Amino acid sequence: MKHTDSEVKKLKNYHIEMWNLVQEQIDKSFAALKNNDKEAAREVISRERMVNAQELVVDHHCEDFIAMFSPVAIDLRFVISLIKITNNLERIGDFAKGIATFVIEQQSKAIDAKLSEELSLDKMMENARDMLTLAREALIEEDTALCRRVLMMDDLMDDINRNAPQVLGRHIQAHPETAEEMIRLYSLIRRIERIGDRTSNIAEEIVFYVDAKELRHQKKL
Amino acid sequence: MNIITAKDVNFYYGDFHAIKGVSIEIEKNTVTAFIGPSGCGKSTFLRLINRMNDLIDGSRLTGEITVEGENIYRKGINVDMLRAKVGMVFQKPNPFPKSIFENVAYGLRIAGVRDRVYIEETVENSLRGAALWDEVKDKLKKSAFELSGGQQQRLCIARALAVKPRIILMDEPASALDPLSTSKIEDLIYSLKNDYTIVIVTHNMQQAARVSDKTAFFYLGELIEYDDTRKMFTKPQKEATQNYITGRFG
Repeated sequence: MKHTDSEVKKLKNYHIEMWNLVQEQIDKSFAALKNNDKEAAREVISRERMVNAQELVVDHHCEDFIAMFSPVAIDLRFVISLIKITNNLERIGDFAKGIATFVIEQQSKAIDAKLSEELSLDKMMENARDMLTLAREALIEEDTALCRRVLMMDDLMDDINRNAPQVLGRHIQAHPETAEEMIRLYSLIRRIERIGDRTSNIAEEIVFYVDAKELRHQKKL
Repeated sequence: MNIITAKDVNFYYGDFHAIKGVSIEIEKNTVTAFIGPSGCGKSTFLRLINRMNDLIDGSRLTGEITVEGENIYRKGINVDMLRAKVGMVFQKPNPFPKSIFENVAYGLRIAGVRDRVYIEETVENSLRGAALWDEVKDKLKKSAFELSGGQQQRLCIARALAVKPRIILMDEPASALDPLSTSKIEDLIYSLKNDYTIVIVTHNMQQAARVSDKTAFFYLGELIEYDDTRKMFTKPQKEATQNYITGRFG
């Protein structure tokens, strides 16, 4: 294996470690939300610093790679993309922490099953998780077809998010005493929707890295 | 506007087919870098542009190379005039065993120029053009060999500039120099392109990326890819180019 290839592989491995941490954070925060599990939520918050630390590790390795290997072409695109993907992952980690904080500070009981169903909350969480898993696989396999699937999956997140105010509005009309709770719930849905947005950003970066194509700020694929 | 045009150029050293069907157009006042592994034909092709390969026994060219619209391989062309128009700087500095002044004045003298004032002005302007004047203005009569390697290379560039070329060919001009001298040569190339067209052969990928507007990648005598340098070093179209510039060749 060429020296550059082994460095690229090392860099990717550091990055995947971060990816694993973030996915774990998302899984745990979603489970905490679903089950109103404050203990799990506390764990998510305490592990947030590990995500941040790993972001610094990846950034430092990217910096070293640029300084020592003067990358060009696909290697340059790789390292630029990796820095951006890492940044997006860190933000996804922040959303996991935000969800965990919601569970600890604002959730008195698990979300009403009927309301959750109407909001498609489970579907939204599952979709967010799948997008993240697929994007991770796309990076490992350098498979841009998977990226395109990720980008299409984001439409569902947008639809659910768009539908949420109506559902919550109806709920508030029926149960005015829950208004404050519903507003908080909407901010939570926005966070989950942002996980989809950040994962879409990641998918676009992978396409840039692998195919040298720019998808950012373009309406259609 | 294109200043150099090559159409389906083939070049042979005896039976060896060194350049295979190369066509390229080089714009005026640009820096073009030729890159590729050793033996790929980039230096051979560079030397075809001022007919430096003519003296090699058994060499043969087909196709056409034009400089400023004139076929430089047509019968009856004045090769000395061509080489004044298309100057060359080599890998190792090769000053003549003469003073700094006489090195630069040499081309003018063999061209028959006798006007002392004109020669002095041209020597100064050429040394200024090669970013060497301030370093040598007080020792113009000293031997060129007293200069450092980097200064000698800039002296050779000044020598090429003195005969007012349109094009300067550079065959790995900084490969024998330390990083500081290399940086000065690169700065010089950057400033010279306002007045000249420069074609440079280099093995240093970063140098090609830094100094050139266009890059041509040669492999096994063929021109594989030729495009804007920015594109070549970020999104090359050919896999062979990508493998070469990222060091994954072979």
